[in-house]
Amino acid sequence: MKEEILVQDKEIVVPGETVAIGMSFLPGKGAYRDNDKILAQRLGMVSVEGKVIKLIPLSGKYIPKMKDRIVGKVFDVLMTGWRLEINSPYSAVMTLKDATSEFIPRGADLTQYYGLGDYVVCQISNVTSQKLIDVSMKGPGLQKLRGGRIIEVNSQKVPRIIGKDGSMVSMIKQATGCNVIVGQNGLIWIDGEPEKEVIAVKAIKKIEEEAHLGGLTDRMAAWLEKETGAKVSPMAQPEQAEEAPPSHPHHFGGSQ
Amino acid sequence: MSYTKRFDGRGQDEIRPMSAKVGIIPRADGSAMFQIGKTMALCAVYGPRDLHPKFMQNPETGILRVSYNMMPFSGHGERVRPGGGRRSKEISMVIQNALLPVLDLKDYPNAVVDVFVELPQTDAGTRCAAICAAAMALADAGLEMKDLVCAVATGRVEDKIVVDLNYYEDSHEDGADLPIAVLPNSGKVTLMQMDGEMTKEQINEAITKAREACKKIYEVQKAALKARFKR
Amino acid sequence: MNQELKIHLLRALSKNVRFDGRKALEYRPITVQYNVSASAEGSAIVRVGGTEVMAGVKLETGKPYPDTPNQGNLMVNAELLPLSNPAFESGPPGEQATELARVVDRAIRESKSIDVHKLVITPGEKVWSVSIDICTINDEGGLQDAACLAALAALKNTKMPKLDQDNNVDYDADKTKEGLPLAKEPVEVTVVKIGDHFLVDLLSDEEKAIEARLTVAVTEKGTVCALQKGGATPLSPEEIDKMIDIAQKLAPTLRKSL
Repeated sequence: MKEEILVQDKEIVVPGETVAIGMSFLPGKGAYRDNDKILAQRLGMVSVEGKVIKLIPLSGKYIPKMKDRIVGKVFDVLMTGWRLEINSPYSAVMTLKDATSEFIPRGADLTQYYGLGDYVVCQISNVTSQKLIDVSMKGPGLQKLRGGRIIEVNSQKVPRIIGKDGSMVSMIKQATGCNVIVGQNGLIWIDGEPEKEVIAVKAIKKIEEEAHLGGLTDRMAAWLEKETGAKVSPMAQPEQAEEAPPSHPHHFGGSQ
Repeated sequence: MSYTKRFDGRGQDEIRPMSAKVGIIPRADGSAMFQIGKTMALCAVYGPRDLHPKFMQNPETGILRVSYNMMPFSGHGERVRPGGGRRSKEISMVIQNALLPVLDLKDYPNAVVDVFVELPQTDAGTRCAAICAAAMALADAGLEMKDLVCAVATGRVEDKIVVDLNYYEDSHEDGADLPIAVLPNSGKVTLMQMDGEMTKEQINEAITKAREACKKIYEVQKAALKARFKR
Repeated sequence: MNQELKIHLLRALSKNVRFDGRKALEYRPITVQYNVSASAEGSAIVRVGGTEVMAGVKLETGKPYPDTPNQGNLMVNAELLPLSNPAFESGPPGEQATELARVVDRAIRESKSIDVHKLVITPGEKVWSVSIDICTINDEGGLQDAACLAALAALKNTKMPKLDQDNNVDYDADKTKEGLPLAKEPVEVTVVKIGDHFLVDLLSDEEKAIEARLTVAVTEKGTVCALQKGGATPLSPEEIDKMIDIAQKLAPTLRKSL
């Protein structure tokens, strides 16, 4: 029996397209087997790792995963916590105990802590099969976001925007002097000088559009240099990707 | 009377020129345009997303909701009053049923995938063009699909089975129209409707011709989806 | 809008840099495409940045309204299609769509930009009815101005159809080479107040921060032919004067794209 991969690595395929023929191949995420054929189950980029064939998504909504660090927006205040929009088909809930280690007295006005429209960096702490999602604010770097603005990108492009060990996002921060926090759910917080913010946003949108193309890191380094005049080095700086911006301390109290 | 030459001079099995583009509505989660002859369909997909009203939610699976609409200036003659009506409702449902077999929405309980189709200009074959556009838009939205869906309006005009009827053939008094949707890789049929009178042999001939025509439509859809990502 | 976000926007505006890098009184690039619907008698798509609006004109013949026996009929309708924005729902036009249509209608009707007296076929019995339908395709803000421009472009693109022996439209025949009796070309500029700043052509994000807005329809001569104020904050006469001034200065830019 024939064993053959019919497409090139990194080729873009459509749902139902035959990617390989043969029983020795294994369908990874985004692919499925139909008799002796491996077919694409979505629009995506083929990735072959040995005998495993999977499809890298280039579009699609954010699906919440445990431990993901995301940016959410408070849109409802409950008796026991808050409900957040997280750029996903489902909203998330943050309970009192997950919001802070501070003592919140009974009957307190919860909007004193997080009000409607507030943006926060939080972490997904639980996802049930019925898509009930819990988030927590207890952890390093998790905080209410003050100032700045939020832009939205397709969540599938987030890994490219962050880059290997945070190298891509730190290049953007270096060149523009902006604070940038990238949520796994595709919501990104940016804060800096107005003209520099515009460049940071353009850079992120450029990465989003070219995420599937090779040589992106070098291309972005050259582009950022041209736009800002600042020399950037596409070197990994792991601390910066996780660090909380120093000008926004983790504290409560007072209305916005 | 024998229908030897089609009104616009095409061959019996010839479909009108097609064009397609994906990603035409940046605000949507997925979008596409499909045009065949003068019939053009624009489609935007929003979802999976929260479903209102709540009573429509299904805790076991996400649902697909299609809304088909002709723009007021898209009709053959007079202005089409906005608001759809029963025809639009039925076509919306038919499109939904044509698309559902390739989708698996069990991972999205209580959510909805909204598919909106609007037509700026028409010349018959509208539900088929809508299906072709919607299939591309759903793929663009990143949904898991077993296959794309292709559709074409076949039919009988006098004694001939023809493919891709235009307005004049569709409204011809001695005829029948038979829109068919096909899954390109398995050849299976997901939509079939018929208005008029046909023999069983004619229907089988129409299905065979539809599958052939859909191969060409599939190539156009594939190319448009791949062209979405610049190289 | 989130108060923090508004403060952030005002800070950017104080340096005359908006979220997309534009100046406060700058429109996004505008393009107009004609003849986009083969079934309409006239049609156009207007793109302002990423916002896209389509308009189509249908012509029919029928009885005039009893109180205007020597005038043709004119109607402007708008639909905020759910296609164009996740927040739009299917169904009859709501407040926003109705206001959009009516403000465009006023600009065209009250400026007498179509000479409806020239749309009479048989006085008291048969007149032309012009229906303009505006449909949003992609909403990235600034719909009002784009909608009016699209309606005007569609009117300019319109060719009169042939009539049959009963003076009804023959839609199967080729159209004539004659256009509509267009006497004026009104364009709309919506000027917005946020804090102490005036802006035009707002992005969807910026629209959330609007305190007051004034849509001003301006003819080629620079005269104002329609006004609509919106937003919860009142405006002083000085502010209104300034806003009309801005609209009159920017109208030629929009008209140039036709």
